[in-house]
Amino acid sequence: MSTTEIGNVSVPAGVNLPLYMDNHATTPLDPRVLEAMMPYFTTVFGNAASRNHSFGWEAEAGVEKAREQVAKLIGATAKEIIFTSGATESNNLAIKGIAEMYKERGNHIITQATEHKAVLDTCKRLEKSGYRVTYLPVKADGLIDIEDLKLAMDDKTILVSIMFANNEIGVIQPVAEIGKLCHERGVLFHTDAVQAVGKIPVDVNAMNIDALSLSGHKIYGPKGVGALYVRRRNPRVQISEQINGGGHERGMRSGTLNVPGIVGLGKACELAGEEMVAETKRLIALRDKLKAKLEGALDYIHVNGSWEHRLPGNLNMSFVYVEGESLLMGINEIAVSSGSACTSATLEPSYVLKALGLGDDVAHSSIRFGLGRFNTEAEVDYVADKLIDVVQKLRELSPLYEMVKEGIDISKIEWQAH
Amino acid sequence: MAYSDKVIDHYNNPRNVGQLDKSSSEVGTGLVGAPECGDVMRLQIKVNPETQVIEEAKFKTFGCGSAIASSSLATEWVKGKTIEEAMQITNTDIVKELALPPVKIHCSVLAEDAIRAAIGDWKKKNGVTEGAEVAQAVAAN
Ligand SMILES: Cc1ncc(COP(=O)(O)O)c(C=O)c1O
Ligand code: FES
Repeated sequence: MSTTEIGNVSVPAGVNLPLYMDNHATTPLDPRVLEAMMPYFTTVFGNAASRNHSFGWEAEAGVEKAREQVAKLIGATAKEIIFTSGATESNNLAIKGIAEMYKERGNHIITQATEHKAVLDTCKRLEKSGYRVTYLPVKADGLIDIEDLKLAMDDKTILVSIMFANNEIGVIQPVAEIGKLCHERGVLFHTDAVQAVGKIPVDVNAMNIDALSLSGHKIYGPKGVGALYVRRRNPRVQISEQINGGGHERGMRSGTLNVPGIVGLGKACELAGEEMVAETKRLIALRDKLKAKLEGALDYIHVNGSWEHRLPGNLNMSFVYVEGESLLMGINEIAVSSGSACTSATLEPSYVLKALGLGDDVAHSSIRFGLGRFNTEAEVDYVADKLIDVVQKLRELSPLYEMVKEGIDISKIEWQAH
Repeated sequence: MAYSDKVIDHYNNPRNVGQLDKSSSEVGTGLVGAPECGDVMRLQIKVNPETQVIEEAKFKTFGCGSAIASSSLATEWVKGKTIEEAMQITNTDIVKELALPPVKIHCSVLAEDAIRAAIGDWKKKNGVTEGAEVAQAVAAN
């Protein structure tokens, strides 16, 4: 299958198709990370738990170096890092582990509506075993209201779990404020920082974070490896283990360590820390250019979520009166994603966009661009040109766009929803 | 998701895109779906009052590629058919022709609804009363 003809924008030199611009879903492995990992697949293959020979010691040295690298990126100490299979596991371990450990103190957990399913479904599970969970709403800009959080807290609240940055709209929550409030109230604070770590400054002490989840594959590291930070001082946070076995990771997460993956995660953290300032500047420039080009050529488009409190590489836009899946079909060699129901297995539009109070029709029209380390300015230009072309063609096909242009108020039509 | 070649062809070269004069007594308009559901189809037919043959058909669709293809195909199929013949077109015919996967069956249902709604509208305008009415969107004023 070749390119579709609905758009006929030529591909400039230096742009290779298919083109990847979905870096919130996952990122490609940085070649420098791969290089660091390679020996651990072959010559340094030991089990990091083998205490009586050099194979084990060398593997362990690789793991401990990685632990330092991960800790440094978030302002923690190495002993506070537990390696896991990814952020889904980290979120499960943090939330279930804290809930279980502190159940004598209380049974109330606070989270919010736009969390990743790894948090929401974990909380739902806990509700089935006697915990009470408050799901805070978000404002139209995607941020929670600190006042809502204050009001939701009661003497049974043991944990607040609020994500650092959202994976769909890139909106950054007021984490430092949340952390401060939690510590004043003696409530533990966990944050799913998968999208934030390595992209924007994260400091577990300055921000009063007690537990933090991160993942390798969102920061140009390998898939299937992540970490959970668990605070050891002021206060010392305890979690009950969720996987039992050989007592690895100080008993908090049993299972033979994924040494190459962990080494890769460490290297990815080191690179992200070193390059964050330059990368942020570059990505913001690319993202702003993409937005400006689209806004210059198209009407009825808007950004979803706060523009000010946003990850450098994120642009989430709705191209109203055009349905997202048909848009993706027209740009089929550009990898981005949509909040449209038609692209999802459940035929439900994005719950994140719905939580902002956007109508389903706007969610259906949304596209998430995730710019990353390997995207170029030439790619941004091409993506913008192609998208403009396809949106214009699809709007010629759109009865809604035609009606709006003719001055008909489509919200006044009695649609037959099915 | 992989699209069939026929869906891609209709998507790339949609047939009979446009608008017919809604106020003409020869034109029947079907507007089905809802923006909140991510799909709105408008299918219009122009019927010869003597022969009841559909001489022209036009569509515009807001929806996924399969919805666009289903409505584009529907306009091709109704053209040249009599009202009675066009009423025989079902969504399963569309599913078969376009090789739609199960999750896209509702897009073909919408196209069938659009055909029936357009015919219903024409019948109403022309005082033909038999035949089931199909729910469709109505302007509030
Ligand atoms: C915000 C957020 N949390 C959690 C996850 C899950 O991470 P992992 O894929 O490492 O399990 C993701 C990625 O899909 C995410 O974006
Ligand atoms: S219109 Fe939504 S799946 Fe076809």
